[in-house]
Amino acid sequence: MNAVLFASDLPYWLQSIFRVLGGLVAVLLPAGTVVYLFLFKMLSFMQSRLGPMEAGPYGSMQLFAEVGKWLQKEDIVPANAQPEARIFKMAPLIVLASTFLLVVVVPFGPDALFTDFETGIFYALAVSSISVLGILIAGWASANKYSLLGGLRAAGQLVAYELPMVLAVIGVVIQAGTMNLQQIVVAQNTGSMFGWDGIGNPYVLTQFVAFIIFMISVQAELSQTPFDMPIAESELVSGYMTEYSGFRFLIFFIGEFATAGVFAMIASILFLGGWGVPFAWFGWTTIDSVDNWMNFAGPLILFAKMMALVFFIMWIRFSSPRLREDQLQRFAWKVLIPISLVNIMLTAVLKVAF
Amino acid sequence: MTMLGDRQQLAYIASQAADARVNVELETEGMTLNIGPQHPATHGTLRIIARLDGEQVVWAEPSAGYMHRGYEKLTEVRTFPQVTALVNRIDWLGSFANEVPFILAAEKLMGVEAPSRAQHIRTILFELSRIANVSLFLGDLGVQLGAITPVFFAFRDREYVLNLIEGATGGRFHPNFDRIGGLKDDLPAGFIDETRIVMKKLRTFCDQIEDLLFGNEIFQSRTRGIGVIPKDVALSYGLSGANLRASGVDWDLRRDQDIPMAWNKTDFKVITHPDGDSFARCWVRLQEVRESTKIVDQLLDTIPAGPVMAKVPKIIKVPEGEAWVSTENPLGEMGYYVVSQGDQGPFRVKIRSASFNNISIVPWLLKGVYVPDIITILASLYFILGDIDR
Repeated sequence: MNAVLFASDLPYWLQSIFRVLGGLVAVLLPAGTVVYLFLFKMLSFMQSRLGPMEAGPYGSMQLFAEVGKWLQKEDIVPANAQPEARIFKMAPLIVLASTFLLVVVVPFGPDALFTDFETGIFYALAVSSISVLGILIAGWASANKYSLLGGLRAAGQLVAYELPMVLAVIGVVIQAGTMNLQQIVVAQNTGSMFGWDGIGNPYVLTQFVAFIIFMISVQAELSQTPFDMPIAESELVSGYMTEYSGFRFLIFFIGEFATAGVFAMIASILFLGGWGVPFAWFGWTTIDSVDNWMNFAGPLILFAKMMALVFFIMWIRFSSPRLREDQLQRFAWKVLIPISLVNIMLTAVLKVAF
Repeated sequence: MTMLGDRQQLAYIASQAADARVNVELETEGMTLNIGPQHPATHGTLRIIARLDGEQVVWAEPSAGYMHRGYEKLTEVRTFPQVTALVNRIDWLGSFANEVPFILAAEKLMGVEAPSRAQHIRTILFELSRIANVSLFLGDLGVQLGAITPVFFAFRDREYVLNLIEGATGGRFHPNFDRIGGLKDDLPAGFIDETRIVMKKLRTFCDQIEDLLFGNEIFQSRTRGIGVIPKDVALSYGLSGANLRASGVDWDLRRDQDIPMAWNKTDFKVITHPDGDSFARCWVRLQEVRESTKIVDQLLDTIPAGPVMAKVPKIIKVPEGEAWVSTENPLGEMGYYVVSQGDQGPFRVKIRSASFNNISIVPWLLKGVYVPDIITILASLYFILGDIDR
């Protein structure tokens, strides 16, 4: 930590600009890559078609074409939603804001981070629920019965899956002994398994059950198939998004994939070692001894891990049918939560025992 | 009440309780949800008015007629050969199958019978229409339940069948190929070999769908035990086709009646399922595609040589009389009651299309189910709007 990257040498206004730009890059770059690689291309290949091929080489500029298309469209507020038009218009922004708040605590490298919260993961789980408010507002303010059903389903589902997610994280927190995401990364990379520190101690191995529960909950939090009944385009006609058009729909859309990216980042921080490589490879011992080049390599490593996790999220999304919401609630309360409670207990016992 | 199964009884009690809640206790309001006419799950313009308590359906009724085209009336001002161009727009996914029963009814009135080769080709094209129709159903089923991938496999493999139909008849969707006394043309060169290859592909497609969809636990939990139609209820509502066979009724017009088609020269199984739920209806259709491919293979082996057209006059006048012919179409029993008064065109035609009768069970079936199950049930009943509204 000898050469300071974004920290105190710069004036405050410059730091702020860097942080805002960094936040935009950290949210929009993964979202765009995910949409192009997975939604456009992987989905097409799975469905025996080519996907976009016209805009740019292999359709790589398709994303910009789509954004341009959405921006040109009229921003419609339905007649029945006119009395609360401001609230109606606000809803997608709240959903996207939750994503930006979420990325604040993600560490990208030893020094490349926005803030270093002591209770980082607690904060992340808290702000991720703000999107529920946006979705509920969208469902209610649309003055549309389908949207209302979708919004209520979303609220019930997101609240139900918050709990197993938190409980799954508790296992990691117990093992790392900290809620600070940066220190969780360090704890995994400096750790060792039975005295062997060749790959550190990524918690995906020791907390495998928590990892699976966390990924299932992420799938539900993101309303991806098989948990997409708030959107359910074949029954609720896209649920709470039905009445949105133009750039407000675009914001919902970006929010969906950006949140997928950020949640995958958090999952890779919690379970896959985040931005780090095992410190033993380069002879580092603490975070302070990490070489400065990790500030550049770290984001790339995190990005690679994130893409791997999003690949699984999208793979399941593209290939499985949708559950019914009572089956979903039953799955959350009767399967995931008991298993995660047992996992916490076992983790605590083993932590004390070793 | 004796007719009702356990689930239906529970649904009845739930609906009573819901009414009581709505009206007396909490003064909560029931919500009337309009599913359709513009809704992705209704395959067109069917409207279902559902009164909901929360997400539970208390009362539901289908409202058809948004796409009524008046084919029965239109046939009265057309000559007999012109009618096929109208009626193959009824069930637009399996068009050739719509022409056959009408032509058979006209032939019955005239006392003409198509030559053996024409009968074989008719049956082959009939079964190809069934395969094209039902394979799209199998893909669409996934979309209705939220799996977006199978429908592309269905479109891909249906294309092979449509190419065959186009090669033989000149029309992908609306062949208009059947004539009184036979067929417009003979099969094109290479059709038989090509068809054999495509039938193999279709069997692979069935395996894929079975692995991807029917083996999926989520799919099973969404469809098993949902929308159960007991045998007696199915019969009393006049269901036909796979919907009836899925309730355990062994009934197939291809086997059960003696009409001048080539089915009785083939050996095929009539698929039934004892459960009567949505899964059974989908499963029966999947197996029927397999059986159809086998029927086509057998007919290709035994297709006789000879003319494809019997001797009929240039200007067709159908003698006075009445005739009813129905066949086992992709959606169920489809029949035409043709009344002729000796003119060039029919005096009156009554069309019995399968979907119209099949959706008549919807109010009974939807009582007490949840909103997502409406979609499952409608998808598994499998109707086509043109077949309801005609």
